[in-house]
Amino acid sequence: MAVMTMIQAITQALDLELARDEKVLLFGEDVGQSGGVFRATDGLQKKYGDQRVFDTPLAESGIAGLATGLGLQGFRPIAEIQFFGFVFEAMDEIAGQAARMRYRSGGRYTCPVVYRAPFGGGVKTPELHADSLEGILMQTPGLKVVIPSNPYDAKGLLISAIRDNDPVFFLEHMKLYRSFKQEVPEEAYTIPLGKANVVREGKDVTIVTYGAMVNTAVQAAETWAKTRGITAEVIDLRTISPIDIETIASSVKKTHRAVVLQEAQRTSGVAAEIVAQINEQAMFYLEAPILRITAPDTVFPYAQIEDEWLPTQTRVIEGLEKVLSM
Amino acid sequence: MAFEIGETAVKRHRHIGLTDQDVMNIYENMLLARVLDERMWLLNRAGKLPFVVSGQGQEGAQAAAAYALDKQRDVILPYYRDLAMVLAFGETPLDILLANFGRANDLSSGGRQMPGHFSARRHRIFSQSSPVTTQLPHAAGIALAARMRGEDLVTYVSFGEGSSNQGDFHEACNFAGVHKLPVIFFCENNHYAISVPLHKQIGSKYVADRAAGYGFPGIVVDGNDVLSVYAHMKDAVERALRGEGPTLIEALTYRLHPHSSDDDDRSYRSKEEVEAARARDALVTFRRYMIDEGVLTEQEEKDLRNRLTQDVDRAIEEAERSPLPAPESALNHVYADGK
Repeated sequence: MAVMTMIQAITQALDLELARDEKVLLFGEDVGQSGGVFRATDGLQKKYGDQRVFDTPLAESGIAGLATGLGLQGFRPIAEIQFFGFVFEAMDEIAGQAARMRYRSGGRYTCPVVYRAPFGGGVKTPELHADSLEGILMQTPGLKVVIPSNPYDAKGLLISAIRDNDPVFFLEHMKLYRSFKQEVPEEAYTIPLGKANVVREGKDVTIVTYGAMVNTAVQAAETWAKTRGITAEVIDLRTISPIDIETIASSVKKTHRAVVLQEAQRTSGVAAEIVAQINEQAMFYLEAPILRITAPDTVFPYAQIEDEWLPTQTRVIEGLEKVLSM
Repeated sequence: MAFEIGETAVKRHRHIGLTDQDVMNIYENMLLARVLDERMWLLNRAGKLPFVVSGQGQEGAQAAAAYALDKQRDVILPYYRDLAMVLAFGETPLDILLANFGRANDLSSGGRQMPGHFSARRHRIFSQSSPVTTQLPHAAGIALAARMRGEDLVTYVSFGEGSSNQGDFHEACNFAGVHKLPVIFFCENNHYAISVPLHKQIGSKYVADRAAGYGFPGIVVDGNDVLSVYAHMKDAVERALRGEGPTLIEALTYRLHPHSSDDDDRSYRSKEEVEAARARDALVTFRRYMIDEGVLTEQEEKDLRNRLTQDVDRAIEEAERSPLPAPESALNHVYADGK
């Protein structure tokens, strides 16, 4: 088995699906000749030709709308939005058009598009490059939203997203692109969308998280186990829409305490939704209020401060102590 | 109205390759749209249809454009005033009414799409949406898909001049221009974006002037001149099929009714202006042309109108009798697995 970074796993998933299904197309700004600003599509235009892997004009709404048209005609377009924060330019074509196509036509038209976008803080790319806007996407019926936390998951989830018959937004955390390697099978495999993964078992408190915060949660849980002898269960959502509430609720019923950790700002969004769903499903198993650990409700800040702005391992441990003490 | 060729006067429509039957077909398409549109407006005023949006005044441009397309080969992405266009592509008055009444057996969406938002998969009519111009990038994608599959077809996309000011107009025209896609961008310039008049919408004289910036022809045509619209559309179709890329056609026309059944146009345009436009209405001028040229008699026209009115009235009765969708069906078709 090969050992690879998340970006290599993503490139391999794209490569395998382009080879498997000629209806798969790949396009966006700089994805063809240059191979993408993060090299995610490196070598793919050379291998599959400039009809299937191509550069577009710099126009996010046009890219997303083009994908809708191709999807309506039976292709499986993979459209890259160069940075997730630029998605505002394309939101109508994604949330207003593609995600509603099935519903508004009563199932007569469908739009199996994958949108890929890098995002996330911690790599000193502020302004709209770093934003975690997944909460906005989550409130879009008809759209699925996938956020992998490691190379193995990224490959299996991306292949599932490409084969899915609904539009899927696939978010790639920039900090995870090259920060660590993992064993990843060379061949194609799928990981089901809408299923969470228990990445660390524990019995005293449940941490629900996703994306780059999975590593932060696991490190905090390990530190906590060593220093305090208390175990935290860590759930990696993998898919934030739909949410796998069964896995979360069954964990909370076991641990009786929960912390929800997200990199995004506090109000509304994924963490708030999970708190609400736990309350609906497992309220009477809880021995403490559910705690959210998030970024503050500001615009993503300047680079010098981002390490303090983003949730840290220390803040996670403080949160765990707090719910345990209640 | 006739061109002099040599010593023989040739009827203008024959000069551009249309037979008497062809112009009859175009006129019938226009008239059916008008009769249906008038009836739907009345149904709204009678409290039976909650919302209607009218294409009255624009039928001539639509029917002429439709006649230049091949209904078995080409695909269309119309906008909400394109009643004559979608009727030409195979929708029936009953199809339109079932959608407007929101009935379960509506072929476009099962009664769940906004009235006037035409779509019919089996007639090669794609689904449209309320935020205007969103269909233009779709048209670019659809045209690209057809090219990739090696299909020689024309993708026709229409929109009002108001829509031409959205970013999606630029992004779609630009992409189609770069790739020389076989798209016809058909702008029905009816001079108002709801209440905002043309001179407050665009800084140039014509929307079509912009085509030069995208590297393809932009043509301005009198949208009430059915034969001119047809001739320019036919050229654009041939250009597209020859692989020479898109054409932007701007048909100058006029919206005779308010924007929608919820709009009152008296606040932004004068009665005199609307009356003047009624005199230029293609339903009036093309009818006059047909009668003058001996293609149609007054009596035949009257009989045709009566027949179409009866057809529409029967369709109204049938649509009203049709069942509404089951309330629980509102939860369907969010995702492929039904959830």
